[in-house]
Amino acid sequence: MDVGLFVVQFLNGLQLGILLFLLASGLTLTFGIMDFVNLAHGSFYMVGAFICASLTLATGSFIWGVVLAIPLITAVGFVTEWLVIRHLYRRDHLDHVLATFGLILVFDTSVQLIWGPAGIALPLPAWLNGQVTFPGGIVFPTFRLLIIATGLIIAAGLYILVNHTRLGMLIRAGASNRTMVGALGVDIKTLFSAVFALGAALAGIAGMLISPITEASIGMGNEIIITAFVVIIIGGIGSMKGAFLAALLVGLIDTLGRAFLDDLFKFVMTTNAAETAAPAVSAMLIYIMMAAILAVRPQGLFPPKVR
Amino acid sequence: MSERPAIRTARSVEGSVAQQRGFAGRFSLARRLTLVGLVVLAAVPVLAYLAGNTFWLDIFTRLTILSIAAVSLNLILGFGGLVSFGHAAFLGLGAYAVGIPVHHSINGGFDAIASTNGLFHIALAVGVSAAYALVTGAISLRTRGVYFIMITMAFGQMVFYAAVSISAYGGDDGLTIYERSSLPFISLDNPLALFAWCYGSLLAALFVVHRIVNSRFGVVIRGAKGNEERIGALGFDAYRYRLLAYVISGVMCGYAGALLGNFTTFISPAMMDWTRSGELLFMVILGGAGAVAGPVVGASVFLLLEEVMSRFTIYWHLPFGILLIGCVLFVRGGISGLLGQPAGRRDD
Amino acid sequence: MTDPVMRVRGLRKRFGGVCATDDVSLDVLVGETHAIIGPNGAGKTTLLSLLSGQLKPDGGSVIFNGRDVTRLPAHARAHVGIARSFQVTSVFADLTVHDNVALAVQAHHGHSFRLWHPVRKERSLREPAFELLRVMGLDDRADWIAGNLSHGERRQLELAMALAGAPKLLLLDEPMAGMGSDETARMIEILGSLDGQAMLLIEHDMDAVFTLADRISVLVSGRIIATGLPDHIRANEEVRRAYLGESV
Repeated sequence: MDVGLFVVQFLNGLQLGILLFLLASGLTLTFGIMDFVNLAHGSFYMVGAFICASLTLATGSFIWGVVLAIPLITAVGFVTEWLVIRHLYRRDHLDHVLATFGLILVFDTSVQLIWGPAGIALPLPAWLNGQVTFPGGIVFPTFRLLIIATGLIIAAGLYILVNHTRLGMLIRAGASNRTMVGALGVDIKTLFSAVFALGAALAGIAGMLISPITEASIGMGNEIIITAFVVIIIGGIGSMKGAFLAALLVGLIDTLGRAFLDDLFKFVMTTNAAETAAPAVSAMLIYIMMAAILAVRPQGLFPPKVR
Repeated sequence: MSERPAIRTARSVEGSVAQQRGFAGRFSLARRLTLVGLVVLAAVPVLAYLAGNTFWLDIFTRLTILSIAAVSLNLILGFGGLVSFGHAAFLGLGAYAVGIPVHHSINGGFDAIASTNGLFHIALAVGVSAAYALVTGAISLRTRGVYFIMITMAFGQMVFYAAVSISAYGGDDGLTIYERSSLPFISLDNPLALFAWCYGSLLAALFVVHRIVNSRFGVVIRGAKGNEERIGALGFDAYRYRLLAYVISGVMCGYAGALLGNFTTFISPAMMDWTRSGELLFMVILGGAGAVAGPVVGASVFLLLEEVMSRFTIYWHLPFGILLIGCVLFVRGGISGLLGQPAGRRDD
Repeated sequence: MTDPVMRVRGLRKRFGGVCATDDVSLDVLVGETHAIIGPNGAGKTTLLSLLSGQLKPDGGSVIFNGRDVTRLPAHARAHVGIARSFQVTSVFADLTVHDNVALAVQAHHGHSFRLWHPVRKERSLREPAFELLRVMGLDDRADWIAGNLSHGERRQLELAMALAGAPKLLLLDEPMAGMGSDETARMIEILGSLDGQAMLLIEHDMDAVFTLADRISVLVSGRIIATGLPDHIRANEEVRRAYLGESV
């Protein structure tokens, strides 16, 4: 097996993992703090991508597109929370699921109304469009490296936020004891609003980062949201650390699986069989992994100790 | 029709019997309405067809098939409290259980499975669904609440992606079949016969669910839904009962899938996308989960809305979504109230 | 001297930093009504849950009629003859009163993987269930939805369900909680009439405890500080200080 190819796919896997973490972190925060299941989280991913696309085309600069889009997607998050989400905190999880399912329909059609049914391709500036050469002659796209770097910076920021700031303390406290936090004079409503908007922003950033590669399209959120769920299930719902590790794991397994499974299979079966089975099995791989982990640990790998 | 001796019925005045759910709805009014509804369900399309109009027959055939799927979901959702967000997978499995054998019998390539025999298709649909339900149920049912919802969703997507990636059967583009299952005595190529088969299946499904729900097994499942700790303290291992209910539900839905494959003759992974599972959930809930025939009402309302709204605008998902959100927000007790769960946080 | 129905030795349970059950040992003798009293937060419900199987201990043992049930799951303990009621009333609110008790009878009456025959037609379940309701005085509520019963009636229903399997040991968690004086008197009467039924009873109502109990154990901060006949407990210095107060 070609080492260079492996390294490239490994990096691709990391990149996917980082993206999944950006999505999963918001999901797990929302669930951990507000006990709220948000199916429409993928919609923020999509809307973030589209807003960024429009702004990029308008300003002619991808960087400006991202910078301007972030506050906008955060605002969308705020408004969504204010209009719909906050009325559902005390409800059953099934209500959360159904209402956010309705939200997905609303977001999908709204995007279609505003931007049309086709996807939007984002142009990248030349300096981001190139490639980086590693020792050994391994070549990797610059932009994907940027995604990895950005994601790691954001992850570090989240770590500091959750573990070393007052807001983070409130976030962790809110998860374990809502009434106490309220009694301390902290405005729970604002806290929840902020957490939800933060999650929306993170999802939006993920969408912005991926759209130059895959283009902004309707339904991009619906595809990736399930993978994000798999990540937080594996990691333990409510756990940031779990989300990070599980996201990397899922990203790597999925990417490496798709790239190398048919080669692996060819060791044990005929070429024909390998080439038919491999795509199907690699598509199912992360779910099989999820099932295996759940069979042993139904609460995930790093379930949060306080709930 | 009351199973209790008259002397006690006379005393059961205080509103409690009026709230009984699950035992085939409230008294005989519900029974009579259900009967009328079922008759209309058959009469309208048949009469329209005899008058030369196939449109209604098509719609009602689709309606009966989705009703069977919704009825199967209601068994574990309305009566068992298990929110499965991956039920569309069974529809897809059942449809492919028809599509793949027919495909091979026309195009060759896999003799062991090539067949246009409808009984074989049904057996295959049932078998595959049962196996899938057993494996995924055994894992999922060890979890609760939101975990269960997400895990069933994930498993459903797993099947979806598997189907997408098997290019031999069309992958994302789907699989078109040019022959329907051949069943003894009836030809499914005749749209009236196809409808009759589907309608008869719906009646059978309703009857089966009715019997199950009122049986010893059913009352354990229903008890476990409302109070799992109590059912364990009485001596019932809820996990085993739920697993069996999940398998039965999956098999019934897989059977509906086989019907769906025959009806549409175009089988694609899109049938199993998780958003389709969401639609099934809505059908159950719109119809009032916890009543055996409720999902038929829900499916009717859902499809009716879809038909009507899509004539006005291609963007009908927008008001539809708003309607759904409104339902959840404003229906008293939330939609979970309709499910017989207390409004507000449950102990997952 | 016959073996105790239940023999608990060295039972321990921790929750994070809190030791809810700290080296608890006690016996429930055949036919005795054994009361557990103690201040709030003493860990009484935790202890009961360890005995009935909803919780598993960190250490120690529970022997029931000679059989080690320490790690046996709750639903299996029901089948060896342990029945329990819960502190927060726990009935099937959506089913009728009669259905509730019939379901309890059903658990001990053959298997329940029967999917076809209507359960309401099974007289072998309905009749004993109705008899239990009659004993509890709930027979005129038989067709009510359980969720519509008053609090006291629900506790009576719970007791009826617990008795449905003719248990060898009843574990009752504050059966009189939240009841008015009439209902309490009624419950005491019913419990008193259960001759020969081994019973472990958590209660705060001291009148009830001293009326019903053959022996009393006092639980404070997860430890048993005294076990004995009611008069001995009443006179015990440590108990008086910790719980009963000098005025008793």
